[in-house]
Amino acid sequence: MLDVTVSAGAPSAKDFKSDQEVRWCPGCGDYAVLAAVQSFLPSLNLDREKIVFVSGIGCSSRFPYYLNTYGMHSIHGRAPAIATGLAAARPDLSVWVVTGDGDALSIGGNHLIHALRRNVNLKILLFNNRIYGLTKGQYSPTSEPGKVTKSTPYGSLDAPFNPVSLALGAEATFVARTIDSDRKHLTSVLTAAAQHPGTALVEIYQNCNIFNDNAFEHLKAPGERDRHLLRLEPDAPLVYGEHKVVWDGERRGLGVTDLTDPRPAVTHDVAAEDPAYAFALARLQDPATLSPTPIGVFRSVRRPVYDDLMTDQLSAAGHGSKEPDLGALLAGSDTWTVGGGS
Amino acid sequence: MTVIEGASAKDVRRLNRVVIRIAGDSGDGMQLTGDRFTQDSAIHGNDVSTLPDFPAEIRAPAGTLPGVSAFQLHFADHDILTPGDAPDVLVAMNPAALKVNLPAVPRGGTVIVNTDEFTDRALKKVGYDKNPLEDGSLDGYRVHKVALTSQTVRALEGHPLSRKEAERAKNMYALGLLSWLYHRPVEQTLGFLEQKFAKNPAIVAANRAAFQAGFNFGETTEEFEVSYEVAPAALPAGRYRNISGNRALAYGLISGSQRSGLPLFLGSYPITPASDILHELARHKAFGVRTFQAEDEIAAVGAAIGASYGGALGVTTTSGPGVALKSEAIGLAVSLELPLVICDIQRGGPSTGLPTKTEQADLLQAMFGRNGESPVPIVAPRSPADCFDAAMEAVRIALTYRTPVFLLSDGYLANGSEPWRIPEVEELPDLREAARFAAVEDFPDDKVFLPYQRDPETLARPWAVPGTAGLEHRIGGLEKADVTGEISYDPENHDHMVRTRAAKVAGIAKSIAPLEADDPDGSARLLVLGWGSTYGPVQAACRLVRERGGAVAHAHLRHLNPFPPNLGELLARYDRVLIPEMNLGQLALLVRARYLVDAVGYNKVRGLPFTSTELASEIETRL
Repeated sequence: MLDVTVSAGAPSAKDFKSDQEVRWCPGCGDYAVLAAVQSFLPSLNLDREKIVFVSGIGCSSRFPYYLNTYGMHSIHGRAPAIATGLAAARPDLSVWVVTGDGDALSIGGNHLIHALRRNVNLKILLFNNRIYGLTKGQYSPTSEPGKVTKSTPYGSLDAPFNPVSLALGAEATFVARTIDSDRKHLTSVLTAAAQHPGTALVEIYQNCNIFNDNAFEHLKAPGERDRHLLRLEPDAPLVYGEHKVVWDGERRGLGVTDLTDPRPAVTHDVAAEDPAYAFALARLQDPATLSPTPIGVFRSVRRPVYDDLMTDQLSAAGHGSKEPDLGALLAGSDTWTVGGGS
Repeated sequence: MTVIEGASAKDVRRLNRVVIRIAGDSGDGMQLTGDRFTQDSAIHGNDVSTLPDFPAEIRAPAGTLPGVSAFQLHFADHDILTPGDAPDVLVAMNPAALKVNLPAVPRGGTVIVNTDEFTDRALKKVGYDKNPLEDGSLDGYRVHKVALTSQTVRALEGHPLSRKEAERAKNMYALGLLSWLYHRPVEQTLGFLEQKFAKNPAIVAANRAAFQAGFNFGETTEEFEVSYEVAPAALPAGRYRNISGNRALAYGLISGSQRSGLPLFLGSYPITPASDILHELARHKAFGVRTFQAEDEIAAVGAAIGASYGGALGVTTTSGPGVALKSEAIGLAVSLELPLVICDIQRGGPSTGLPTKTEQADLLQAMFGRNGESPVPIVAPRSPADCFDAAMEAVRIALTYRTPVFLLSDGYLANGSEPWRIPEVEELPDLREAARFAAVEDFPDDKVFLPYQRDPETLARPWAVPGTAGLEHRIGGLEKADVTGEISYDPENHDHMVRTRAAKVAGIAKSIAPLEADDPDGSARLLVLGWGSTYGPVQAACRLVRERGGAVAHAHLRHLNPFPPNLGELLARYDRVLIPEMNLGQLALLVRARYLVDAVGYNKVRGLPFTSTELASEIETRL
């Protein structure tokens, strides 16, 4: 949970901009996310020095350099591990991880799933552009099947990950998805993530205009997006365009049907204890066409937070309440004395 | 021959020293028995040195040669340096234990065997065609045949135990017998059993009864005509305890944390022979110790780096295969210039190698096993108890110089134990100044914080921890501009930063005491240079050589990187330099390259420590 401290004088987006020149390619979706985060951070009402951004390697991982908070640009895939150590050692901080689809799901997949299951107090922003950008255009673990890239001239053979269903399978307590260009939606999801005690995973669809341009265009174009975007609102019916989501007994899961179907639309339940519902919701998406694409908070449930539990164990052992006796520890119980006075 | 009144009606013989090896199946409790006997010997006031030797398999098939677990203890009335080259006494709990260990026992040695286990089937399993207890192959040894298993079972009649459970107490029966044989104190063992099995009073009662029965058996049987006394050793005055290397290392880390005022954070992934440090540290939460069992070796070191960034004393513990996985993150710590202690408890390699056997072959890995110019200081303990001081020294260097530090222990030190003079807390180094965080007041003339503005003396950079207002900054693994820490691809800057990082680590030498050679009469022409756990065998070998009239000097390195400032000068004082190592010449390579000295190696990688006799012979051929 965030340790809320009110700053003297209301901070603004400007206060969170560092003096570094931003060096993403012109037109990159990262700019939009950066601007949204800079405008959003003041709403946390936290002192700047209490906020830390940790990243791995990749285009998105340059993010910490552009924020005037504490930050670490670490090594490929390991940001969740480093941030776990930081959050566990310093529960007073607000720790954020910025990562990408290659960083989080390929080289760092192990750390991501373990951070999620432990429920460390981390907010993980996973920028998914479905391509390797910094290494100049190879397919990523979220690229669509058959993707033709420099490293797959005949098409990718890999089945992609769905980051949301992966996170749910890893016992995540908070999972959401949003889109770089939708500032309002992005901000609302970040706010929900920040308020969540424990690990929050936010997948952000982000356009790489150099190597995978328009990968999400159908989810953004005003005339088209409503046919594909399923907006998740707490306790609201799952309806989009001419479609709705219904309980499909035959599939023993969720199914999409058109609005004329007499069955009632399922009402969204972010707090459902059983992750099967959120998982079914995530699996509605076709990995090749990304339609439909649910966006918003899939799941938000309470579970004890790792760093709190660790602190509790220390307190129960007497840490903080009584002075530990180092001399007694070193001596142990079986001692003997040699000489004496000599 | 002296008779001690009241101890026993039998003769008592005084001995200066005894080497005893207890061997059985890996499920027989040999390590526990050995530990307990060591503890009793230490409490009795003997100097002790131990060598546990067990298989990597937790329960290898019973009664087989690979399943044999042994524990060797050397105890003496004077200060000793090694667990002993060869056992004077072997306790063999089964034919496999006898077959594996008998070759180590010199003719004339004592062998105590558990006759109950020498059945045709058990003999066949280990390839004995005939029973060695009957075919004359033990002629030349003093053999005591004891039906340990059945006598234990008989002693436990009336206890509410199955036969199998009763049999399991045979190690305590054996311990009772040994306690009688060597006049060990018994009260502590009885108390220990009470604690160890506190949850199960029936087991406590059975083990105590078995122990007592073994003791009484020694006293009454005609099998043993004499018992032995080894008087307390004249160690330097002080309060002592027996301690293993891994525990001493853990205590050194806790002390480093307490004396610096920084909370200890351990990120670790279980690996033999380092796991006991994790287990030990996990018990001490009252000291603010946070232990994190990570998903893998990389996460373990990563979390330690994250904690360090947050102002904790970040530590990771592992063995060679784990170091291989951590290499990239250690390089990050070099670049970030944050304190980090990496404990590598070396074992036989390469790859999975020999998990439970000792080796010193990770020196070059620690020295060079990263991409780029990535200097990391290295310190090594020389004995189990010395792991405490070495750990505190690693903490001192990490904090003072804001750098990752390697602490190179090994399996022999980790599991071996010896008496340790318990230090007073006030005599431990005060590390508060080294742990000082940066404050805004440190940068009065600058509008911005300069994360790579160095201390002119140590070249260490400021440690600005999150939560400090006004010092917000970003750091990373990309090359940084000097002083400002901003990303820089400038050629001159990179050259400067590479040299500065190297100079920082080289400069640690200024804080290291000059290396002194043990050269009693100053006439030696040969210097034996060692590092790490070979200290005991090398020193014992030098004593042997001197007793036989040879002159030899011995110097032992605590610091492997940087070397002590006077090492070159010290080497130049001798005509010849011999470097014994449990590897194929890694220190020798460094010394030859650095000082252009024609040092020669004595190298063995058998998974076992050197014996002092073999080293003495080697030294004598080079005098």
